[in-house]
Amino acid sequence: MRFQYASQRKEYGRALVDLGKSRKDVVVLDADLSSSTRTADFAKEFPEHFFNCGIAEQNMMGVAAGMAASGKVVFASSFAVFATGRCWDQIRQSIAYPKLNVKICATHAGITVGGDGASHQTGEDVALMRTLPNFTVGVPADAPETYKMTRAFAEWNGPCYMRMGRLDFPTVSDPDEGFKIGRGSVLRNGEDVSLIGCGIMVSRCLEAAEALERRNISAQVINMSSIKPLDDALVAGAVKRTGAIVTAEEHNVVSGLGAAVATYLVEHDPVPMRRVGIMDTFGESGEGEELMRKYGLTAEKVVEAAEEVMRRR
Amino acid sequence: MVAYPDDVIAELERRANLIRRHVIRMTRAAGSGHPGGSLSSTDILSALFFKVMHHRPTDPTWEDRDRFVLSKGHAAPAYYAALAESGYFPVEELLTLRKLGSRLQGHPSRNKLPGIEMSTGSLGQGLSTALGMALAARLDRKAHRIYCLCGDGEQQSGQIWEAAMLGAHYELDNVTAFLDRNKLQIDGPTEKIMSLEPLTDKWRAFGWNVIEIDGHNMREILEACDKAKEVRNRPTMVLAHTVKGKGVSFMENALSFHGKAPNDEETKKALRELGEDI
Repeated sequence: MRFQYASQRKEYGRALVDLGKSRKDVVVLDADLSSSTRTADFAKEFPEHFFNCGIAEQNMMGVAAGMAASGKVVFASSFAVFATGRCWDQIRQSIAYPKLNVKICATHAGITVGGDGASHQTGEDVALMRTLPNFTVGVPADAPETYKMTRAFAEWNGPCYMRMGRLDFPTVSDPDEGFKIGRGSVLRNGEDVSLIGCGIMVSRCLEAAEALERRNISAQVINMSSIKPLDDALVAGAVKRTGAIVTAEEHNVVSGLGAAVATYLVEHDPVPMRRVGIMDTFGESGEGEELMRKYGLTAEKVVEAAEEVMRRR
Repeated sequence: MVAYPDDVIAELERRANLIRRHVIRMTRAAGSGHPGGSLSSTDILSALFFKVMHHRPTDPTWEDRDRFVLSKGHAAPAYYAALAESGYFPVEELLTLRKLGSRLQGHPSRNKLPGIEMSTGSLGQGLSTALGMALAARLDRKAHRIYCLCGDGEQQSGQIWEAAMLGAHYELDNVTAFLDRNKLQIDGPTEKIMSLEPLTDKWRAFGWNVIEIDGHNMREILEACDKAKEVRNRPTMVLAHTVKGKGVSFMENALSFHGKAPNDEETKKALRELGEDI
């Protein structure tokens, strides 16, 4: 498939600038990665509303909580591994428990970070955030959806987590469809198997659907950009329509999108299912695309999984 | 500098004594809680809630109120008693501390009880949130101040020093923090567990205005608050030397009463020492 590619981070930065123009209550924090996370774009336009906290993520989350308690809509950014793991207790105690209006928007998630290696990659961030009560968790599939999710989070009163990648992502979302918290979207209709992806893996699901079509298999493709709350109705519809489910994520299969969908299926509608994702391992240095191949984040893996769940149905 | 008349000081001391009696009764009723660190904080809390801070207990979300964050969240009994005596909620409710369904959680919860600005309890975190409030106040061109009460044990947390850097870097002179230096933590004296001294030098080196006081001398507490208001471009840390369990002879400097409630006999004795007719 031929895709257009665009940067999620750039769209995040653009959304922040647009928010800054229309809202005086928006403030942005970063932990010394503002040129990478693109919060620097906001800092340039609205220097008074931007606060660099240095390499001190725990303190940054506390400061974010205090500002939110004073009525600000606070965006706090860093790399996903640092914005969640280094300061998880601060997020839990000072943001999630008091239900404060902080939007943790993290970039460089997954293994497509590339050369920096496992210390800077993360397959655990969605797991860490979705287990926190009061949190909303979103994984935009591409750059346009990143823009929409940023705007939607600004309108939502409560703590949110958004996960972005470093690489330019294939544009896959419907330009006419807005992002709504708790809602996924069907990108391709199909009758035989449902491929439910998030982030960059949505594009791999679309490629897989095309490959399956060549084998006379009709695959439905769902972009599940709202991880929490999960779009249960959309999953239920997929079960009814195809009765065979594959999930795909650039995240540890332990407790990410696949685990969320599996929980729904086991409790409501048990049908054959398989998770494609990082198989409970750390990454390593390499080019993003190379790493995706090595760690099984490919359309071929999604095709294999689809054929397997169809056999088991 | 304001000179405080003796009767003002005496009235604050009377109210601090009242808070101490509440702390004893509350922890007795709960059967658990932290009387030691509550009693070392009581005089500071009384000065803040009954004299220093501008706040409206009947309008707890008043925009221009001074904010208070209890970074040492385990001193909740004394904090709740000061809130109740200020009029945020009925004094009778104090005895529901730690009970199922109570608004008085074991550690302060922002969404449960009016007057609580921030949920705390996991140590080392409150000061950062206070600084966030201070940045927001400055951004909004508001004149209110942010008060924060830290424990000495939590000075061992890295986050405290991250906050120390940020407070100085952003020149947050609208912050007055207190350090309740009672010198004891759960496992023993702070200097044996993980030495903190020289604390004054550390806070000065981090760029803060440091004022050392006797944390049980009401006049010194009030004067420190006044001095802090006059300092420009630096936050203030009031290093308050205190006694854990202050006011009850057998609780003073007693490690055992860090996280243990008094029994019936101890309760009677404590209340008698605090001047209550039983």
